[in-house]
Amino acid sequence: MHTKTRLRTLSALILASGMMAMAQGAQAQDPLKLGLISFYSGPVSGPVGIPSRNGADLIIEAINNGTLPAPYTAAGIGGRQIETVYVDEAVDPVAEYRNAVLRQGVDAVVGYASSGSCLAVAPVAEELKTLTLFYYCGTVRTFEEGPKEYVFRTMNTQDVENIAAARYVLATRDDVNTISGINQNYGWGQESWRDFSKSLQQLKPEVEIKSELFPKFLAGQYGAEVTALSRNKADLIHSSFWGGDLDALILQAAPRGLFKSQTGLLTTGGTALNTLAKQIPDGTIIGVRGNGGILAPDSDFNDWFRAEYEKKYGEQPTFPAYYMAQSVLALKAAADKAAAESGSSAPDMEQIRAALKGIEYDTPAGKVSLNRHNGHQAATELAYGTFKLVDGKPTLENVIRYQPNCVIAPEGAKSLDWIEAGFPGAQCD
Amino acid sequence: MTFLAIVIDGFIYASWLFIIAAGLSLIYGVMRILNMAHGSFYAIGAYTVASLAGWYWSAGLPPYGGIVLMFVIALAVGALVGFVIERGVLRFLMDRDQIVMVLVTFGLLLMFEDIIKLMWGVQSYYAPEPYSLFGSTDVGDLVFVNYDLAMVGVAALVAFLLWFGLNRTRQGKLLRAVIHDRELAITMGINVRRLFVITFSVGAALGTLAGGLVAPAIAVTPGIGIEIIVLAFAVVVTGGLGSIQGALVGSILIGLARAAAVNLYPELELFVIYGVMALVLIFKPRGLFALASTRKI
Amino acid sequence: MRQIDYSFIAIVLAALLLALGAVVFPLWLLSTIVNIIAKALVVIGVILLMRGGLVSFGQGLYYCIGGYVVGLGGQLLGITDIVLLLVFAAIIGIVSGAVIGLLMSRFREIFFAMFSLAIAMILYGMLSQSQALGSTDGFNVARVTALGIELTAGQASLLIYLVACALAAILSILTHIYYKSEVGFACLAAGENEVRLQYLGATPNRIFYGTYIIAATLAALGGALTAINYGHVGPNMTYWTQSGEFIFIALLGGSGSVMAAFVGSTLFEFVRTYALEFAPDAWQLILGTVLVLIIFFLPDGLWSLIQPARSSARIKRRGKAPS
Repeated sequence: MHTKTRLRTLSALILASGMMAMAQGAQAQDPLKLGLISFYSGPVSGPVGIPSRNGADLIIEAINNGTLPAPYTAAGIGGRQIETVYVDEAVDPVAEYRNAVLRQGVDAVVGYASSGSCLAVAPVAEELKTLTLFYYCGTVRTFEEGPKEYVFRTMNTQDVENIAAARYVLATRDDVNTISGINQNYGWGQESWRDFSKSLQQLKPEVEIKSELFPKFLAGQYGAEVTALSRNKADLIHSSFWGGDLDALILQAAPRGLFKSQTGLLTTGGTALNTLAKQIPDGTIIGVRGNGGILAPDSDFNDWFRAEYEKKYGEQPTFPAYYMAQSVLALKAAADKAAAESGSSAPDMEQIRAALKGIEYDTPAGKVSLNRHNGHQAATELAYGTFKLVDGKPTLENVIRYQPNCVIAPEGAKSLDWIEAGFPGAQCD
Repeated sequence: MTFLAIVIDGFIYASWLFIIAAGLSLIYGVMRILNMAHGSFYAIGAYTVASLAGWYWSAGLPPYGGIVLMFVIALAVGALVGFVIERGVLRFLMDRDQIVMVLVTFGLLLMFEDIIKLMWGVQSYYAPEPYSLFGSTDVGDLVFVNYDLAMVGVAALVAFLLWFGLNRTRQGKLLRAVIHDRELAITMGINVRRLFVITFSVGAALGTLAGGLVAPAIAVTPGIGIEIIVLAFAVVVTGGLGSIQGALVGSILIGLARAAAVNLYPELELFVIYGVMALVLIFKPRGLFALASTRKI
Repeated sequence: MRQIDYSFIAIVLAALLLALGAVVFPLWLLSTIVNIIAKALVVIGVILLMRGGLVSFGQGLYYCIGGYVVGLGGQLLGITDIVLLLVFAAIIGIVSGAVIGLLMSRFREIFFAMFSLAIAMILYGMLSQSQALGSTDGFNVARVTALGIELTAGQASLLIYLVACALAAILSILTHIYYKSEVGFACLAAGENEVRLQYLGATPNRIFYGTYIIAATLAALGGALTAINYGHVGPNMTYWTQSGEFIFIALLGGSGSVMAAFVGSTLFEFVRTYALEFAPDAWQLILGTVLVLIIFFLPDGLWSLIQPARSSARIKRRGKAPS
C-alpha cells in the first residue's frame, strides 16, 4: 500500500539523518561550538540583533586570534577555537534551541533579546544541561521564579534601569511633580512603567501620575498619543520605547514640541543619539540600559573595542553590541579562571560553568560581577545622562553612575517587593 | 478641546489609512484579489523614499523639490512593481479561487520581506527633513504638524481622483463594468486583461505612496509591511471589500475610534480596531458598502 | 468497503512504527515529531473547513486557547496529568468553538477568513494586555505527570511522544471516518453549492457549525500538545501569522487524505529548520517561494503526488459556470 511504503521511507530517512547528525556532533570535539542567538530578521534585527552579533563576532575573532587586550591572554576558550552557530531568535525559540543543542551539538549558548524567549528557554537549558548565557532580555522572572544551574545573565534586569531612572530624576530635577508614561503594550513596557512609577513614588510620594499610555508594540504611528500627552501636561514623560518605535516617537514628537514642553526620559534612548540628534531636545534624559554605548566609562579596553568596531563595521558600537560582547567575554574569563585554578590548559564545560559562578571580569564597559541570585545574575553599574547638542554633536552631560548596591535588590530579595518596601538596604551616596 | 483633538487626530490617522486601503479595495473590486502583498508595497514605498529622497535631502538640494521627488518616486516604483507582479505571477492564476489568490499574495509578502532586507539591509532609514518642512499649526494648547494636515489633503485628493476616474471617465465606466460582472464584461469585448494590469499598477502605486508619505515620520525598519497589512484589512473589510467609498468611511470610522480610544480610554486602544470591525460585521456581514453580488444557482 | 480498511490499517501501522521509533530516535527528533503532530492536528481542522470552502485565518485562536488551558490548568488547578490536560483542552475547545461558531457560521469566503482573523487578534490583544498572564512573554508550563507519578525529563519526553502518536492515530481514524460519512460528504457539497444542498433538505449552516466545532477542538488539542511539549505558552500562538502557517501547511499537504496534513507538517518543519540553518537571512524568501511554487504546480498539495486527487476533493475553482 502506497501510504505504508512512503511512511516507511520517510521514517528511514529521518532515522538516517538523525544518526548522521549525531555522528557529526560526536566528532566535533576540538572547536567550541557557541550558539549566538538573537533577532536576525524582523524589526528588532536592525537596532538590536545585528549590532549584538557584530559586537560578539568582534570579540570572538579577537579571542580566536589571541588579540584581546589585557588581562585576557592566550587564544581561544580553554585553548579551543570558537566556532559560531547563528540562530535566529525570531523563529520558534524553544524548538531552535533544542535543535542547536541536540542536533547541531553546540557546547554553550549566548543569546536572547526577548524576555519571552528567555522565559521559555531557561527550563529547557536546565533540562538539557547546557551552559546558557542570557545577554539582553530583561525579565526578573528568570531567577525569581526559581534558581538555575545552567543559566546565567550577564546584564542587569529591567527593573534596575527604571529604579536608577527614578533616582536620576530626583537627583537632577527636583521640580518634577507630575509624570506621564508612554510605553509599549507588552511585558517590557508595562513592567518598565510599573517599576519606574512605583520607585519614584516611593522616593517622592507627592508625585502624581497624569497619563499612562500603552500603544501597541510596533504601532509606528503615535500622532494621537502625542496629542493626548500634550493635552494632559506633566513635568516628565517616561518611555521605555526602543528601536524603530523610539525613533518614530522622537520624529513625531519633535515638530510638535512634546519633549520640549515636557521633559522626556528615554530609558533606551542611547540608540537614537547618533541618528536623530537633531530631533532630540536639550534636557532629555537618556539611558543605555546599563553602561554600554556612549556612556561606557573610559578605559583602554573601551578604546580598543570602539576602534576595532569602527574599523570592522564603519560605525560606532551601540549598547547592544557591548552587551553581547560582554556575554562572550564571560565565557572567556571563566575558562581562563578555570584553567588557572585547575592547572590544566583545557578545562571542560563543567569546569567553565563552575568558574562562571560569581565571577568578576573585565569588559569594554568596565567590570561585570555576577553576584546576585547565587552567582548567576550580573549586577553592573548603570548610568544616565542629560542630552545636549554641542556644536551639532550629541553629548550627554550631568552623567550620574549608579553602583549596583544602590539600585539593585540585595541577594535574595524580589525586585518588586524591594521597591514597595522602600529599598531597604540600598547604599547610595 | 478634547473633542477637537480627537477629530483632528482621527482624520490624520484616517487619511493615512485611506490611501493604503483605497489601493487594496480597488484591486479587490476589479480583480477579486485580496492582495496581502500590499504590505510589501507599503514597505517598498517607505524604503525607496527614505533612501533615495533621504539622500536627496542630505545632499542639501532644494527641499520642496524633494517633495515632488517623493511623489514621483513612490508612484513610479509602485506602478513598476505592480506591473511586474501582475504580469509575472498573477496573470497565470486568474481563474483560480479567491482564497488561492490570498495565499499567493501571502507567499509574495514573505518573499518581499527578505528581498527588501537583501536590498536595503537591516539598518533603519531616516528621511525626517520634509516632516518639519511645512511648520506647524497651533490649535489652542496643542501643536499639529502641517505635514500631517497636508496628508489629509492628499487623501482627499486621492479620493476625489478615484471617484472622478471611476464615475466620470470612460475607462472608469469600463472598470465599473468589470467590477460588477467580469464574465459579461469580457463578452462585451472589454479588454479585461489590460484593465487588470492598469488596476493592479494603480493599486500598488497607492500602496507605495502611502509608505512613501509616511516615511519621513518614522524609522523605516524591516517588518513594517507585515504590521500594516492587518490594519489595512480591517479597514477594507469594515468598509466593504471592493468599495472605494467603503474604504473612505471605514478609515474615517476606525481613525476616529482609535483617536477617541487613545484620548479617552487608552486601555481599549489594542482592541478598538478589531472591535469596530467585528461590530460592523455582526450587523452587516459583508461590510458597510458591500458590492452587490448575485447568487448563482 | 475495502477503501476504509486499507487506510485504517495504514494509519494504525504508521502510528505503531512511529511509536517504535522512540527506541532509536534521538531526543531532538522526538520533540520535533511531537511538534509536527501537534501542528498537523490543527491543520486537519483547517483542511476540514477548506473542503467546505471556508478558509480560517484564525485557527491560532483555539491553538492558543488549548495551550493556555494546559498552562493554567497546571498553575491554577494543579492538573498535570497528561491525559486529563488533553481532555480538558478538548472540552474547552468544544465549548469555545460552539460559542464563537454561532457567530462564525454566518460568514462565508473572504469574510469568514477576515472575521476569524479579527477574533484571533482580539485574543492576542487581550493576552498581551494581561500582566497576570505574563503578557507577551507568556508563562511556563509544568512538567506533565502520568497517573499521579512524577517523571524525569527523559521519561516525560517519551511519554509525550507516545501519547502524541496515539492521539494522532485516534484523531486520524476519526477524521477518516468523518471523510467517508454522510456529514463529511455533505460538507463537501455545501462548499460547492449551498443553495442546491438546501433544496436537498440539508442545512448548510448547521453543517458548517458542526465542522467548525470539530476544527476548533482539533486546534485546541494541537495547542495543548504544543504546550506540553515545549513547556511554554505565549500570545504569539494566536497571532495571525501563526494561522497563516497552518494554512500554508494545509496547502503543502493538500486535502486529499488525512495523511496529507502530516506529510505537509513534516515537510514544513524540515524546510524551515534547514532554511534557517543554511540561509538565516533568507528563510522567509525560501518559504514564500515554496508557497508560490506549490500553488502554481501542485494545487492539490504534495499528497497529489502520491494519490492524484479526485475532482471533488480539490479546492474549488470559481468564476466558471457549473456544467
